[in-house]
Amino acid sequence: MLKYAVQRLFWLLPTLLAMALVTFLVMHATPGSPLDPVAEGANPLSPEAQKNLAEKYGLDRPLHEQFVIFVAKAVRGDFGNSFVYKTRTVGEILLASFPVSLFLGSMALALAILGGVALGILAAVYQNRSWDYVSVGLATLGVSVPNFILAVFFIVLFSLLLPLFPTGGWGQPREWVLPTITLALGPMGIIARFTRSSILEVIRSDYILTARAKGLGERLVVFKHVLKNAFIPVVTLLGPMFAAVGTGSFFVESIFRVPGMGRFFVESMTGRDYPMIMAVILLYGAFLAIMNLIVDLLYGALDPRIRY
Amino acid sequence: MAVVQRVPGAAGVVWPAETVHATSLWRDAWRRLLRNRLAVLGGGVIVLLCLVALLADGLAPYPYTKSSFSRTYEFPSKEFPLGTDQLGRDVLSRMIYGARVSMLVGLGAQAIVVLIGVPIGLLSGYFGGRVDLFLTRFIDVMYAFPRLLFVILVMSALGAGLTNIFIAIGLTGWVGIARQTRAQVLSIKEKEYVEGARALGAGWFRLMTRHLFPNSLTPIIVTASFGIPEAIFTEAALSFIGVGINPPTPSWGQMVGENQQFLRSYWHLCVFPSIAIAVTMLSFTFFGDGVRDALDPKMK
Repeated sequence: MLKYAVQRLFWLLPTLLAMALVTFLVMHATPGSPLDPVAEGANPLSPEAQKNLAEKYGLDRPLHEQFVIFVAKAVRGDFGNSFVYKTRTVGEILLASFPVSLFLGSMALALAILGGVALGILAAVYQNRSWDYVSVGLATLGVSVPNFILAVFFIVLFSLLLPLFPTGGWGQPREWVLPTITLALGPMGIIARFTRSSILEVIRSDYILTARAKGLGERLVVFKHVLKNAFIPVVTLLGPMFAAVGTGSFFVESIFRVPGMGRFFVESMTGRDYPMIMAVILLYGAFLAIMNLIVDLLYGALDPRIRY
Repeated sequence: MAVVQRVPGAAGVVWPAETVHATSLWRDAWRRLLRNRLAVLGGGVIVLLCLVALLADGLAPYPYTKSSFSRTYEFPSKEFPLGTDQLGRDVLSRMIYGARVSMLVGLGAQAIVVLIGVPIGLLSGYFGGRVDLFLTRFIDVMYAFPRLLFVILVMSALGAGLTNIFIAIGLTGWVGIARQTRAQVLSIKEKEYVEGARALGAGWFRLMTRHLFPNSLTPIIVTASFGIPEAIFTEAALSFIGVGINPPTPSWGQMVGENQQFLRSYWHLCVFPSIAIAVTMLSFTFFGDGVRDALDPKMK
């Protein structure tokens, strides 16, 4: 298992390198540059000034050289200065905003797992009865309605019609509630649907029939035999779940005015903030890959049939 | 091949007429789909939305660009059923035209995705070898990308606009369906009937179009039907951010994005397009669920 983990970690490097390369190429293949006077937020500069700037940021060198320089610096954790926030380095900006996003994301994920599993169990145990419909309905809502639309509905319902929570901000815990629920509902729906079908599959298996036949009580059958086995496939979902929470955070953060890194996703891309784009994509990719690795290891720990 | 031997039933047994009818996979699936009430409801809403999109010119009470600066930010009234926006444009008319964008992106972009993804999946699964290896590696890298971020990246590279949305979704969306098709082909090409066809002298093209493609159609249809709401979501998300549809062409996502900061004062600008997006997404999900259950009852 240790060997497998090391192997996977080793594979992380080429994947990240490939991601960096693709992003780099797409970025540079597009017409316009950060120095382009037409670009948003740029000043009309004289050609000499532009040349000087290009030299300073290394944008006048051939592409392959730029890429090599980028990689060499990135390995040391240096992503350079942001082109848009000229006085701050990319590292500083992300260091300040990433923990906020991580906190929101973790809360949302915890809520999604707890809520999703509970809904899934209810739906499966009461299959085709009202609990099932309620939970499947809620799950479908969470899966299919985009979270920025859910955010609008939640604000209208819970801060305008019923003034329970503030419309935005990130100071006190009361302000955490709506963004967390909004972000959690989609993943929660996916987990609920998956848990439901996984439990239904297990319930029909022979060993459950045996457990019932030998006279075990319903509660014992469900909690000890069904759930233990039904959870294993649900764990694999957690990998993609991080992705959903990660990209979803941009919309939720912007609507609820949360000072996380979500807004840099878009700002950096529309503003051609090359260093920021690279850092954001790589941070996200690395995070996702590591989470996937943890999930895979967890999967193996839960299911002794799996060998690496 | 033309001779079909009929196995006679046991003497004296008369089979009821309906069991004699051969029912095709598609007819069975269609019947199962019609029995699913939610799927029928979803399908009905989709047809309605398509009609609204087609007939937008006749249905909309005002042109979507017609502004009136003396009547901005009006709440719903008899004259303007859903109110007016910051330029005094009729929200209802803009939403009717917004349906056009959503349907066009949902169906059009998904068609592009299928046209790119399915042939790639077929070729890669059938021929295998180095092409296949390269392709699966490429697909793995594409999967490592956060999909929406990549679309945003492509959009900021190409610039906003409907055509570019098609390109961006097509460029990023084919991966999933190619992978699905490839997996199907890998299992089907080992089946006896494919071997039989090959033994009879069928070439790769005939095998692919007559055997491999039709037999992997079910998962392709299911994936595609879930891809439609995803494409609609992508357009709405892009327009919400401001890199999707170019104004003044209205899109639901754009209306929500532009007006979400006025939610407290002018709720109508944001809530109605939000409802439209939610209803559309739910309808496609119900319909997609129905299609999946109808084509593959085991999956339920």
